[in-house]
Amino acid sequence: MLAAILALAILAIIFGLLLGYGAIKFKVEGDPVVDQIDAILPQTQCGQCTFAGCRPYAEAIAKGEADINQCPPGGETVILALADLLGRDPKPLNAEHGTHGEKTVVIIDEQVCIGCTLCIQACPVDAILGAAKHMHTVIKSECTGCNLCIPPCPVDCIHIVPVGTTLQTWTWPSPRDEHVHSA
Amino acid sequence: MTEYALILVSTILVNNFVLVKFLGLCPFLGVSRKLETAMGMASATTFVLTLSAVLSWVVNTYLLAPLQLEYLQTLTFILVIAVVVQLTEMIVHKTSPLLYKVLGIYLPLITTNCAVLGVALLNIQQEHNFIQTFLYGFGASLGFSLVLILFAAMRERIMVADVPTPFKGASIALITTGLMSMAFMGFAGLIKG
Repeated sequence: MLAAILALAILAIIFGLLLGYGAIKFKVEGDPVVDQIDAILPQTQCGQCTFAGCRPYAEAIAKGEADINQCPPGGETVILALADLLGRDPKPLNAEHGTHGEKTVVIIDEQVCIGCTLCIQACPVDAILGAAKHMHTVIKSECTGCNLCIPPCPVDCIHIVPVGTTLQTWTWPSPRDEHVHSA
Repeated sequence: MTEYALILVSTILVNNFVLVKFLGLCPFLGVSRKLETAMGMASATTFVLTLSAVLSWVVNTYLLAPLQLEYLQTLTFILVIAVVVQLTEMIVHKTSPLLYKVLGIYLPLITTNCAVLGVALLNIQQEHNFIQTFLYGFGASLGFSLVLILFAAMRERIMVADVPTPFKGASIALITTGLMSMAFMGFAGLIKG
């Protein structure tokens, strides 16, 4: 009995060490820079940078195929953070891709909605709830304000509303933002 | 020498693990939809099967047998197989990310390929020595590769053939397997015993 337990334990330890060594030896390195850039981007997945989403844009920046000033939702904050991370000079937001505004979300005018599901297919973050021929609605907390759902809507029932500051969402202005605005 | 050649011929054709012993049918049906994936799977399985057969034999002969722990064979062999599969997965992930992606879940599932455990256990049962063990494992994996690649090639043809609706998909695949199996029974007279 004791011999059996010992034999199996020793065998397991040897195999464990072997696998541990293999894991180090055959480690697959993802590009850590891409992860860092992706973490800075606002994850709106809006596609205004001309890439399919934030991750592809991050990959393009890492490869040097895209500039750091193509993200309107992120605005100056993101550009400065990227410039800092990559050691490049900050530059103003490229107006071709849009302008940085207040954070907005969309709402669906539920009286007008015909339940065509087109906006559901357009939403990159699955923030629209609904089914064919049933009224749709936007989950406000999930909406990133990318406005990609607006062009496909055949009855123009999706409207942009600013996210006002409420008692629940108000915070002290971060020193970083102040630095950005004074810069 | 003839004895070794006999082991190879026997495991590849006469006692083919998939079509005669019916072991390892899961990956046989799972990854045979495309010739390229079948080839990738065949090479990965060849590596795992041969290495795990040899390692199992070594563990059994030098650890289990002296301690009279033969009753732990199945457990120990599964451990050996799992380790070899993990190692293969790491190597494939590192060397060929594309193949890694294509094989997907079937790569870790080599662990549960019963042909792998079957070969390891049969080696002990038939009291093979080291070289015989190696040849038995290698032959078994060659046999597996042979029928997997043949079957994948056939399935690619069947994909474009006009199959009657009730037979489409898995049914025609299983019928084809059955026909292949009958064809392989023709090899039964090749070796006596």
